[in-house]
Amino acid sequence: MANIYLLKAALNAQRKHRGESELDAMDFLALVRDKLRLMDMDESLLYRAVNQGFSGGEKKRNEILQMAVLEPRLAILDETDSGLDIDALQVVANGVNSLRREDRAIILVTHYQRLLDHIRPDRVHVLAQGRIARSGGPELALALEERGYGWVESGEAADAGAEEGRAAT
Amino acid sequence: MSAFTTNPLSADPLAALAACQTQLPGSALPWLRRRRDAASARFAETGFPTTRDEDWKYTSVAAIARRAFAPAAAVPPARVQRAVSAFDFVGGSLLVFVNGHHVPALSRLHELPAGTVIDSLAARLARESAELETLLYGPQDGDDASVSNGFTLLNDAYWSDGAFIAIAPAVVIDAPIHLLFVTMADEAGQGTTAATFVRNLIRVGRGARANVIEHYVGVQGPAYLTDAHTRVVAEEGAVLNHCKLQEEAARAFHIATLQFAQSRASRVVSQSFALGAQLSRNDIATRLDGEDCEATLLGLYVGDRRRHIDHHTRIDHLQPRCTSREHYKGVLDDAARAVFNGRVLVHRDAQHSDAEQANHNLLLSDDAEVDTKPQLEIYADDVKCSHGATVGQIDAEQRYYLRTRGIDDATARAMLIRAFADEIVAQAEPAPLRTRLEAWLGTHLATHDKERTCKELETS
Repeated sequence: MANIYLLKAALNAQRKHRGESELDAMDFLALVRDKLRLMDMDESLLYRAVNQGFSGGEKKRNEILQMAVLEPRLAILDETDSGLDIDALQVVANGVNSLRREDRAIILVTHYQRLLDHIRPDRVHVLAQGRIARSGGPELALALEERGYGWVESGEAADAGAEEGRAAT
Repeated sequence: MSAFTTNPLSADPLAALAACQTQLPGSALPWLRRRRDAASARFAETGFPTTRDEDWKYTSVAAIARRAFAPAAAVPPARVQRAVSAFDFVGGSLLVFVNGHHVPALSRLHELPAGTVIDSLAARLARESAELETLLYGPQDGDDASVSNGFTLLNDAYWSDGAFIAIAPAVVIDAPIHLLFVTMADEAGQGTTAATFVRNLIRVGRGARANVIEHYVGVQGPAYLTDAHTRVVAEEGAVLNHCKLQEEAARAFHIATLQFAQSRASRVVSQSFALGAQLSRNDIATRLDGEDCEATLLGLYVGDRRRHIDHHTRIDHLQPRCTSREHYKGVLDDAARAVFNGRVLVHRDAQHSDAEQANHNLLLSDDAEVDTKPQLEIYADDVKCSHGATVGQIDAEQRYYLRTRGIDDATARAMLIRAFADEIVAQAEPAPLRTRLEAWLGTHLATHDKERTCKELETS
């Protein structure tokens, strides 16, 4: 199944649900080309079969493209940086950044700080044992990178953000 | 069926066909009469195939054999004009046959280079008959036992017309030649079923190139029989793209034989799309009888309700260094049933043969069924051959993936079926054919769910 076909079906399913008119092939192509340009992606991605023979990086890029087309109000990106080389990481980060909006929530789940070099988070929550152990601003991720998870789990870290963290959940 | 047993014609179910034999083309030609009579006599001995014949084990033609047949009646061109324009989708040369007879008024021929002929076989027979005997029947009676069965014998005996295409050496005709066979069967009187017997001859000369679409359609109505036989000769270095598109009416019986004879370094692509009829059978065979030949056999069959679709293919590797690629796919819903039998014979002298065969089936209901049988027979020792057959259902994970993108279940199902079929459709040539198939699949998959809820399955 060509990727573009899936994207169009998914977008139109959403538009239908919202009571909007479905996009025809021409309008859709114009829209998706815009998104590709915005994220500096190659158009050939559209005509390849969905996830068929995609490398890890291509799958991630493709999901960012899906996100760009579907414009979700809430996006959860689970370890979207795993297995990415530097270039792919940049593309994914550009995609996420271009989608940041006042009325859209994006939850990035990651084990590493490096994704946050490209995407500056508004809030950082540290999960340990299935609970939010710490919350804070971008500087929390940097501190964590420096000091390791043990720092959070041992409870050594200052408790300043704890209340905010609970509030955020 | 009692309607037939009480009928006076039932004594000889072919009496009405035999009665019209003198009106068939070439009835004044002694050789042709001899050939027709010999075929009738052999049919009288053998009759229709039964499921006791290995080649017909999974396809019962009892529903055909119990009928009495009469030639499909002539129809005034004006009555079929609309139907013809609905099926005229290619845009190149068009030869229209209605109920087994060429209708020049509805056909159109583009200008052709000298020595190249596109005509009706009946017209050709009137002009030049000597060369046609071997092309039509082979060098001797019964020399081609491998494809002979009740239906080919009936065709030998009763063929009324078809296309004659001869592409002169080195001539390249890129515009597709569209052969359109329309059946418009009226409620036949006297308990008979309308039958048409179509015969086509295609010869692509040395180094020539052509593109032919053999297209069978029917106007919805009572049951009828189409019995077609096409012989193709691809001379040295010839290139032929052949497509057989079967879109018969829902109650039709469609039995067709297609034989390719390939000479050195010729390349043939055969595509078979079986989309209509209640019972259809295609026997497609190619003989790679020269070095460095290539044959590509592609097929897609789509069936629902109680349709039965059978493809028997046979590829003979007779000479060294030939390549064959075969890929057939099927989608079956409701209580539809398909048969795929892919025989590949690599003969003793055919060293360095390279043959690949695949048949993949998608079953959409518990009652759908497919009998798939790859049959490789290899008598040479230095060859590369592979085959694979699968029968599966829609992948639940893929369906789930689409659901997670907000796509409803019915659409997700249709998309996955499309994707499955697309592997063959994407290879369909020429482009207008691809567009037509895509549109057909789109409509078929979209209307199917709605239809099945409000309409009982046909039991015919």
